[in-house]
Amino acid sequence: MNTLIEQCVESLGTLTLNKTRTGLAILGIVIGIGSVIALVSLGQASQQAISSQIQSLGSNLLTVSPGSSSQGGVRQAQGSRTTLKLDDAKAISASSQITTVKTVSPEFTQRTQVRTGSANTNTQVIGATPSYLEVHKVSIATGNFITQRDVDSMTKVAVLGPQVVTDLFGEEADVIGQKVRVGSQTLSIIGVTVSKGGSGFMNQDDVIYVPLTTAQKQLFGVNHLTSIALEANNAEVMTDAQNEVGYLLLAQHKLNDPTEADFSIMSQQDILNTVSSTTGTFTLLLSGIAAISLLVGGIGIMNIMLVTVTERTREIGLRKALGAKKKTIITQFLIESIILTFSGGIIGVLLGIILSFVISKLTGMAFLLSFSSISLAFIVSVAIGILFGWYPAQKAARLQPIEALRYE
Amino acid sequence: MKTNIIIQINHLKKVYNTGSVETMALSDISFSIHKGEFVVIMGPSGSGKSTLMHILGALDLPTSGEYLLDGKNIQALSDDELADIRNRKIGFIFQSYNLLPRTTAIKNVMLPMRYAGIPIDERKEKAKQYLQLVGLQDRMEHTSNQLSGGQQQRVAIARALVMNPAMLLADEPTGNIASSQAAEIMSLFSQLYNQGHTIVMITHEQDIANYAKRIIHIRDGKLIDDIRKK
Repeated sequence: MNTLIEQCVESLGTLTLNKTRTGLAILGIVIGIGSVIALVSLGQASQQAISSQIQSLGSNLLTVSPGSSSQGGVRQAQGSRTTLKLDDAKAISASSQITTVKTVSPEFTQRTQVRTGSANTNTQVIGATPSYLEVHKVSIATGNFITQRDVDSMTKVAVLGPQVVTDLFGEEADVIGQKVRVGSQTLSIIGVTVSKGGSGFMNQDDVIYVPLTTAQKQLFGVNHLTSIALEANNAEVMTDAQNEVGYLLLAQHKLNDPTEADFSIMSQQDILNTVSSTTGTFTLLLSGIAAISLLVGGIGIMNIMLVTVTERTREIGLRKALGAKKKTIITQFLIESIILTFSGGIIGVLLGIILSFVISKLTGMAFLLSFSSISLAFIVSVAIGILFGWYPAQKAARLQPIEALRYE
Repeated sequence: MKTNIIIQINHLKKVYNTGSVETMALSDISFSIHKGEFVVIMGPSGSGKSTLMHILGALDLPTSGEYLLDGKNIQALSDDELADIRNRKIGFIFQSYNLLPRTTAIKNVMLPMRYAGIPIDERKEKAKQYLQLVGLQDRMEHTSNQLSGGQQQRVAIARALVMNPAMLLADEPTGNIASSQAAEIMSLFSQLYNQGHTIVMITHEQDIANYAKRIIHIRDGKLIDDIRKK
């Protein structure tokens, strides 16, 4: 053990003699380890951000979406069919066979331009019923949400998300009673929702809610729904609810074969799984690319070690003449290459931590570091040292002492 | 009296095979060296004296014949066992000193003891003792490139002595050294001989050979004569 430490100190001394070469030799490892750490951290942070956003959409949530339509044999996007109607939602709430669904929220959603006298924004207009609040866990900050009366009589009212308030009226403006224009209609604002957070395409604050019927008839002139959100009684009956609603809608649409269904029912877990597997694949792909740079870095180490062995042929011969055994020489050169890759690993981990910290600051995502990926990085860097240092060390140990001593 | 024999070689042969050409470097050499002798092996370049030195130093193996070093047959040994023999039985002194570059004198002297697995405190103690013996007590922390040729060779002699080997094997030890310092080195060898060390030295200089008590001449791989002085 003591001789091992002594050898480490000696190798450290040898490596610091030529700082430029040592630095360049470990650069590949630094970049490789650094990018793996940063990418894994980035992947985990984005996965966490996405799942927390999906969780906040509501609990025990099922979403019925229309299937894709065909136009002249060309399949359109999923959800482009117009077969989902308000009657379907009514049938689900009225059915005596469905015992697992607590609340039903029929919805019509479309992006459009929303204006005031002086400002405008492009936002999500959601035609909703009062049950939207419960299903999606939305709370009201000031004023009221849409009532059943509003839906029945197609009142021209709107409830704004906090982002829309900021965009149209400025921060913390009192907007109750003010007007917004959507298309040719003027709606009066009756409430503002509590912020749910989120960013980009998942921003749940950048919406305005209007009565479902107002959206369908007055704003967009349609009579279908873009989705029906359902809240199941509890997490255990999600699958049952999915099946019950599925069969009811098949009957409602007069279809016999489930494969011909013109709708799909996704649970929150389904969405979560899909998104997770997508981001997971991306993280894996990017880490794979970073791993290739680790391989290249390892080859760089092997190259430097081979040069070192050639340069020090005489020294190796002398050491053997003085009684160094094969094992001693192998240990000496292996320790040198492990010190190279391990110090590369340390610098790389630091670089990766700094990089992922900067990225998290820039994107507003959580700053996540997993202990497992850092310890794995150290193990990998040592393994690269052994793997790529092995051949040069063997080459050194196999030198015959006379050949080595004669070498000029 | 047989225990007194350090080196015993019988009908030693060394053939180099370079492609299709066979070169006879040593042919049928036999002699023995006793404990406490100071022997010089002389011969012109190409005579095979370097090959002989490599075999005596267990750096190379003969093609045929027998070599017993301190009673042990060298041929039967593995690479690692040979390394062990070189470590414990032979103290090498090279023409070009062969110290580790950028390494202090004391660390150079400690190196063979490290390979023998001696604890570090004992190594330091012994290295100091032997550096004192060769008159370098003030230069222990100097690195090789801070020392003159004569001083470097004295570090090498301390390194050769430190394992208390059966013999010192010196290959042209004064070949690279200015003549004033060469005399100092040679008187150091005389002193070591007087203390009872066995010394085998290879040289082609007659005035160096004069220090020895026995001179073996070889030419064309053959032993020409073996003269003992009174």
